Amino acid sequence: MRTENQKAWFFVLPVLFLVAFNALLPMMTVVNYSVQETFGNNQFFWEGLDWFEQILRSERFQAALGRQFLFTGIILAIEVPLGIIIALSMPRKGFWVPVCLVLMALPMLIPWNVVGAMWNIFALPKIGMLGYFMNDVLGIHYDMTQDPLAAWITIIVMDVWHWTSLVVLLCYAGLVSIPDAYYQAAKIDAASPWSVFRYIQLPKIKTVLTIAILLRFMDSFNIYTEPFVLTGGGPGNSTTLLSIDLVKIALGQFDLGPAAAMSLIYFAITLAVSWVFYVVMTKDDQ
Amino acid sequence: MAEIKLSHLRHSYLPNPSGPDDYALKEIDLTWRDGGAYALLGPSGCGKSTLLNIISGLLAPSEGKVFFGEQDVTTLAPNERNIAQVFQFPVIYDTMTVRQNLTFPLKNRGVDEATIARRVSEIAEMLEVTEMLDTRAAGLSPDNKQKISMGRGLVRDDVNVVMFDEPLTVIDPHLKWKLRSKLKELHQRVQATMIYVTHDQTEALTFADEVVVMQDGVVVQIGTPVELFERPQHTFVGHFIGSPGMNVLPCDLKGDRAIFEGYDITLEGPLTARDGAPQIGIRPEYISVTSTGLPATVTKVADVGRHFVIDAIVGNTKLKAVSEHTAPDAGSSVHLTFKPDQTRVYRDGWIATEARK
Repeated sequence: MRTENQKAWFFVLPVLFLVAFNALLPMMTVVNYSVQETFGNNQFFWEGLDWFEQILRSERFQAALGRQFLFTGIILAIEVPLGIIIALSMPRKGFWVPVCLVLMALPMLIPWNVVGAMWNIFALPKIGMLGYFMNDVLGIHYDMTQDPLAAWITIIVMDVWHWTSLVVLLCYAGLVSIPDAYYQAAKIDAASPWSVFRYIQLPKIKTVLTIAILLRFMDSFNIYTEPFVLTGGGPGNSTTLLSIDLVKIALGQFDLGPAAAMSLIYFAITLAVSWVFYVVMTKDDQ
Repeated sequence: MAEIKLSHLRHSYLPNPSGPDDYALKEIDLTWRDGGAYALLGPSGCGKSTLLNIISGLLAPSEGKVFFGEQDVTTLAPNERNIAQVFQFPVIYDTMTVRQNLTFPLKNRGVDEATIARRVSEIAEMLEVTEMLDTRAAGLSPDNKQKISMGRGLVRDDVNVVMFDEPLTVIDPHLKWKLRSKLKELHQRVQATMIYVTHDQTEALTFADEVVVMQDGVVVQIGTPVELFERPQHTFVGHFIGSPGMNVLPCDLKGDRAIFEGYDITLEGPLTARDGAPQIGIRPEYISVTSTGLPATVTKVADVGRHFVIDAIVGNTKLKAVSEHTAPDAGSSVHLTFKPDQTRVYRDGWIATEARK
């Protein structure tokens, strides 16, 4: 006989509390702020959806959103193909496997603000090795504190350096799980290396690659620490990505209402893009 | 299409093999007739997959040569040998349709569209997969997937040999039989040489015209299923083939006679010159319960449907006998008789008697 009772709920309850306190309640506070105006002293005035309208219409938000999509688009376009290529060229067995894996994992183990600080010092003209090398050895003008293009190149190279490994490691895990028989069958079928990639390797790593792209999309779309430490959003506003702008509004200007509305819009965009991407990538599997 | 000849083949997975134990294959000399259906039978780890991979070119032998007809193919890559291989679990290209899967090996070889279309429809019909040609291969059941991976080998009309590496491992038992007879039928239709690697004696014996039995990297016997059953050249073959396997009983030799547990046993014929530790080999099917003969005690009787398997003990030696219709009760004392023309002596495992003319 199967006994039915409600005891299982007690196992779920602690998690429910944790999630409530670290996600649900803060989120509802943000929703609360987003529809009201406050002048401090715990006085609130109802604003309705005004903040949302204001944010969506503001050129400042649109520009930051544009920069954000540009940044995420560029780093995905570099990191995904590069990660696949590196994973394909890594050895499958032997002495070099652990060496490669450790070297690959190393950048990801460094705290984000340290990465920002490292690259800041590294890239500064005159002081930093990269800055000195570009300006004084190669004679190419490179100053990320003054030149928006140089600043963009620096944050993109930094992100590629920091996060390509994630794509590499996930793809590598997918690649090593392909049984030898597939490669042997392809040899017997006289398949070209491109066909092997297109019809064996790519389909077999598709699931992990989808996860890698999702993670890279979400992380890069929400990126804050590294560019904040590296460029502080400058020169001017040229590298002010969405999260940097959000922190400026919320903590710099203390405009809690607009900042809350912006947070929710930001969250909705991240969620929507991830969801659409996931649905498109997995629709073939059904 | 050609005869396949393996000449002085040896293979070791170690870079510097020192003794015979370091070799996965020890000195193989074999010729496979063009168009034959062969089975390579042996327990796991006996070297049969190694041998298969050497023939297909996925592995280069440490020593020896492989000939397809007159051509030495030892150093050629798999795609240059015109072979086809079906693996243990179905290898298919998931993202392609069944038709694209079958077309793939031909397209890669630059075959023209008209020939491709003709070959694919022929093979699809032979394999009975015509109605699934335009479905995605990923969604098929394992037995259909395995059919498709066979089909990819068979669409090429120039294959020297089709090799099967335990192809029924992942197939449901009730479909195994179906697929096995399909294979047999295919062999008769395409007339290509086929080599079937397995550790399952039923699969080997039903598929092959000739079975190659391997143990520890050595070919112990090559013969038709009947030969392997009736006259095993080695106690291993006797024990491995047949259910239950051949009884291998310790004995002493006195001149031309074998003494087992103090009783004189009549053999099929005179002893050969071979020496080594002697043993009597006799299949359970040829031991009968009679009114006179070796006194034995029955320890267990199993009814396996078609017949009874009797476990008995003579002196200190256990043996098995098979009885068609009736069986004594466990615990009873009986007499056993060995059929003389099926009673042989083996020395160090190898047969050491000759059949009387």
